Amino acid sequence: MKSKFTPPIGKITQINGQCISLIGNDIDTDRIIPARFLKCVNFDLLGESVFEDDRETLKGSHPFDLEENKNATILIVNSNFGCGSSREHAPQALMRWGIKAIIGESFADIFYSNCIAIGIPCFTLSKKSIQEVQNNKDNKFLFLEIDLKNSLAKSKDLTLNLEIKESSRKMFLSGEWDATSTLLENEDFIENKLNCLPYLEFNSPIT
Amino acid sequence: MSQNTLFDKVWDLHKVSSLPGGSDQIFIGLHLIHEVTSPQAFGALKDKNLKVKFPERTVATVDHIVPTDNQSRPFKDNLAEQMIETLEKNCLEHKIRFFNIGSGNQGIVHVVAPELGLTQPGMTIACGDSHTSTHGAFGSIAFGIGTSQVRDVLATQTIAMNKLKVRQIWCDNKLSKGVYAKDLVLHIINKLGVKAGAGFAYEFAGPAIDELSMEERMTICNMSIEGGARCGYINPDEKTFSYIKNKLCAPKNKYWDKAITWWDSIKSDENSIYDDVIKLDASKVEPTVTWGITPGQSIGINQKIPLLDDLSPNDQFIAEEAFEYMGFNPGQSIKDTPVDVCFIGSCTNGRISDLRVAAEVLKDKKVYKEVKAFVVPGSEKVAIQAKQEGLDMIFKDSGFQWREPGCSMCLAMNSDKLIGNEISASSSNRNFKGRQGSPNGRTLLMSPAMVAAAAINGKVSDVREFMKK
Repeated sequence: MKSKFTPPIGKITQINGQCISLIGNDIDTDRIIPARFLKCVNFDLLGESVFEDDRETLKGSHPFDLEENKNATILIVNSNFGCGSSREHAPQALMRWGIKAIIGESFADIFYSNCIAIGIPCFTLSKKSIQEVQNNKDNKFLFLEIDLKNSLAKSKDLTLNLEIKESSRKMFLSGEWDATSTLLENEDFIENKLNCLPYLEFNSPIT
Repeated sequence: MSQNTLFDKVWDLHKVSSLPGGSDQIFIGLHLIHEVTSPQAFGALKDKNLKVKFPERTVATVDHIVPTDNQSRPFKDNLAEQMIETLEKNCLEHKIRFFNIGSGNQGIVHVVAPELGLTQPGMTIACGDSHTSTHGAFGSIAFGIGTSQVRDVLATQTIAMNKLKVRQIWCDNKLSKGVYAKDLVLHIINKLGVKAGAGFAYEFAGPAIDELSMEERMTICNMSIEGGARCGYINPDEKTFSYIKNKLCAPKNKYWDKAITWWDSIKSDENSIYDDVIKLDASKVEPTVTWGITPGQSIGINQKIPLLDDLSPNDQFIAEEAFEYMGFNPGQSIKDTPVDVCFIGSCTNGRISDLRVAAEVLKDKKVYKEVKAFVVPGSEKVAIQAKQEGLDMIFKDSGFQWREPGCSMCLAMNSDKLIGNEISASSSNRNFKGRQGSPNGRTLLMSPAMVAAAAINGKVSDVREFMKK
């Protein structure tokens, strides 16, 4: 088993690590973490069950089971990764397995915002660049240094211009990706909003 | 950039602030919670020493894990029991209204909130469930969120979010007989693709949409997320208003007229500007069935499963994966494919009108002998109404099992699961690998009427053949 999990905290500016490639489009969150593992009241044990059914089907040859990938932290995926269910259990399971950043052709919206909310930056690259990285013969030993400030990823002989939503990038650099406290700073505005919504006037409170 | 659409109006109304990074802080008018995605959020509140800011803006029910055979407590499944107990405790502690089993109002969260009149035009609605888009049928802006955002809504009644673009999907003409909202939305997802909606809200409009009942509109908006759009909506009209009128939480007496005036004002203006507009002809849609492992992999009942060369290069990879998983060949018919299980239910098609349509097909017919068929009403209200109309007896007489309300085999978090590589004809929303509880189980999505037809014949059938006089 891997070393003890520690969640990210504060500013995220740099992520260095080994890449793990997972090839396929439209990989949904039911595949990332099948629904039976959602029967839990915390996320602690999800890391062990990430891609459980896909891994079972491939009997040891799934990228998440290969010895050479066991210390990988940067996941390389194709398009529409994380589609389907809104379950945050999916990025939580990836994070608890060891993933700290994801680079892909594209991400499903809810999965993307779940990743940002728990401190996993998701970057996009063109299909061609992703395939280059995934087909890199040395891929199993491809180490990347991701620099959030300049949206760059570098290895010995590779430089990638990563794309990330500007709002997400800024939140990681400032440490405000854990949004609750930022949102709470506007408490007065929230109260004001509550008082000016027309439908709250004609609906009685739900009690 | 879109202007003067319902989406723009509702977004602007609920915007609390522009956040430093460039996203918006959006007030959530109605927050719905259930047992699967909320416990960790309450846990996080506790860790941060925070309270629920406006408990009266959150409503809870229990749906994903509930057994549909025997609902007596404690549940046989210890983990399921632990989850419902945790929700009960959290609601009690934070003074959140909870519609529990036996309350008369429990059910799938996206069936229950509209039934109670909680879902109304012009609201922002969030829930830790991707099918929250369902509520957009009423002209609300409704979307699924993850558990960290559930925590944020509980703590602040707001979330941080980037404004979406708006794509109008204009549906001309009318659906033909035997073709339903489910067929239309499967058709739309097939035409646009499962990721086309990323970054967009979908506005469904046009004569074919106007023609649909509120429950059919919910089916359309429900599946927006299967097309990648986190949010889908339909402008409110007279049908919307009359559906809401007299519901438990609907505006009453002097407030009713006020409500209608305001609801009318938030519709998309005639000169609205959209980021994109797509037009399609609803009269061309056939009863539609999925053959693959994404909701976009569908065909009309009389069409053949596509050849690889018929597909765009981007769709070929997932198609090959689908052929292998489903055991289907390119070019093969979907019609007459034998089915093992028939499931009617879910937040997509578990409402009273869905049960009525299926019962009409099943009346005086028998389920094929080797097929296991069951119907799971979307809520306690749906179940009661169905019993009053005698629909439960029609289902039972035909050989369907009549179950208690819940999400059931849509995602198989309870004991309703496929076994091995069984094929199910299902009125639910996702045909992902393993979705219905068996790692190699296979799902064919279709309308409730088509599920009923498949149940009778024991194979995928064209329901229109049951309708010929």
